Amino acid sequence: MTQLIIDPNLSHFDEFYEALIRTHQDLTPEQSHQMNAKLVLLLANHIGDLEILKEALRRARS
Amino acid sequence: MDYQAKRFAHQSRADQTSASSARHPVVIVGAGPVGLTLALDLTQRGVHVVLLDDDDKLSIGSRAICFAKRTLEIWDRLGVGDAMVAKGVSWNVGKVFFRDAPVYSFDLLGEEGHRRPAFINLQQYYCEGFLADAVAQEPRIELRWQSRVTEVINGVDGVSVKVETPDGTYALAADYVVACDGSRSAVRKMLGLESRGQTFRDRFLIADVKMTAPFPSERWFWFDPPFHPNQSVLLHRQPDDVWRIDFQLGWDADPEEEKKPERVRPRVQALLGPDAEFDFEWISVYTFACMRMERFRHGRVLFAGDSAHLVSPFGARGANSGVQDADNLGWKLALVVAGRAPDALLDTYASEREYAADENILNSTRATDFITPKSEVSRLFRNAVLELAKDHPFARKLVNSGRLSVPATLRNSPLNTEDTDEFSGAMVPGAPAVDAPLAIEGNTIWFLNALAADAFTCVHFTGDDTTVEGTDCRVLSVDPAQPVNRILAARYDAQPGTTYLFRPDQHVCARWRKYDADAVAAAIARATCAA
Repeated sequence: MTQLIIDPNLSHFDEFYEALIRTHQDLTPEQSHQMNAKLVLLLANHIGDLEILKEALRRARS
Repeated sequence: MDYQAKRFAHQSRADQTSASSARHPVVIVGAGPVGLTLALDLTQRGVHVVLLDDDDKLSIGSRAICFAKRTLEIWDRLGVGDAMVAKGVSWNVGKVFFRDAPVYSFDLLGEEGHRRPAFINLQQYYCEGFLADAVAQEPRIELRWQSRVTEVINGVDGVSVKVETPDGTYALAADYVVACDGSRSAVRKMLGLESRGQTFRDRFLIADVKMTAPFPSERWFWFDPPFHPNQSVLLHRQPDDVWRIDFQLGWDADPEEEKKPERVRPRVQALLGPDAEFDFEWISVYTFACMRMERFRHGRVLFAGDSAHLVSPFGARGANSGVQDADNLGWKLALVVAGRAPDALLDTYASEREYAADENILNSTRATDFITPKSEVSRLFRNAVLELAKDHPFARKLVNSGRLSVPATLRNSPLNTEDTDEFSGAMVPGAPAVDAPLAIEGNTIWFLNALAADAFTCVHFTGDDTTVEGTDCRVLSVDPAQPVNRILAARYDAQPGTTYLFRPDQHVCARWRKYDADAVAAAIARATCAA
């Protein structure tokens, strides 16, 4: 079974983070919240594996 | 030596009394770390330099304190590295804290086989003092104190400069002027030029305190600590038992109020404890901006250091990038004034260092955005990253308390010769040479010290029976089979026959799997704009 990757796996960390924050620019908190929700759903679908997603949910909550 | 108390008096010069203004190949304006480094570099390449400074003293206050490995390597080439490192506090490790807990630590060097540490901390007045001492030993540098530039005329055939001194004003003529006169560059203003960019709405307090403290020689950075809630704090050790504490204050802080010692003392005590004993060495409140000039070259006037580009302090990319400017400019200017390379070579100073400035500004801006989130959602993500970082190695990569200065790899420089052979690793054309131990003629020395200081160096990894002859360059033969040299060979992905060509500023400009005299000559021609 594949596991949730918690070691570095992004190719460009700073560039990703900058893009993430930039995409939120000028949104109201409500709109940002909405965008984050959509982002989670999009990435969840991309990942696909329910066990991995449950592990991510657990870690995000703790 | 108390470098802060030292005063340098103006001395009358022949130029001042002569009827026609004397002509000099290079006049540098500003005797800070960048101007002094450039003067040393040029004189060691045979160029006579006049260096003008508007006052009679070195840096007041510690100011820039973090000098990076690459800067030390440049100063090694100029003969001042040992003095800096002997006085400085060497460090490689940084620690990050979130609220009351350590989140993670990082080692900036992380491997053996380097002469110099990732960083030293050293007050700017020591740095300038050691450089000024070395300059004083050089008969071909005239360092003129209390010499304020009041007029610059940037002509097609030369630059004329008016200089104001305590005993009168005089005129100078120069083939080239290099403005190393800082972020408020007077030369830039006189030429009607601007540096543009983004000013950040935040204020920071520097408290340099003298105390004996049990902290190790590491960079400690707190996000939102209990002793200074909702803001960041940075702690650094300097020589002479001086500690730099940098408190984020927020935009609404009153800079005049916050500078008062009675106001700073409780902040420091909150960090060190109520019984801590310390004296203030220097207190300063600052804001910062990330900006640059559109072009670093305007005809015969070149801009280097803060006059050309400005970054936030997080990442130590200010003074360090300025010293790299000097490193890049020195050999090019020396070849051009000697008539050994066309004037167009100086255009590549501008293009290469503009590229590097963009990289520094990008890194510095990203760090600032992480340290000072500009929106609620940005703060939310930052705190989420910091919470995850303790148990999730990936999140540590996102924590940005400053991406500490590393020199730019000039990947797209027109001076590079593109690879035609297969190579792996970081030493691509445009990369600054990385150090390693080198066994040569029975001695073990450092690779960077073996590269020619005043010429191109062709490094040939022997073993394929090729004979290498130097024409326009120095040749360094390295036996890759020698056990000591294996680190070097690995870092350069070298096999028997592999040949690297290094510029006089130690950047790789070409490499091949086999030595070919014609290819080396063509690469040198390309790297000097003579092709």
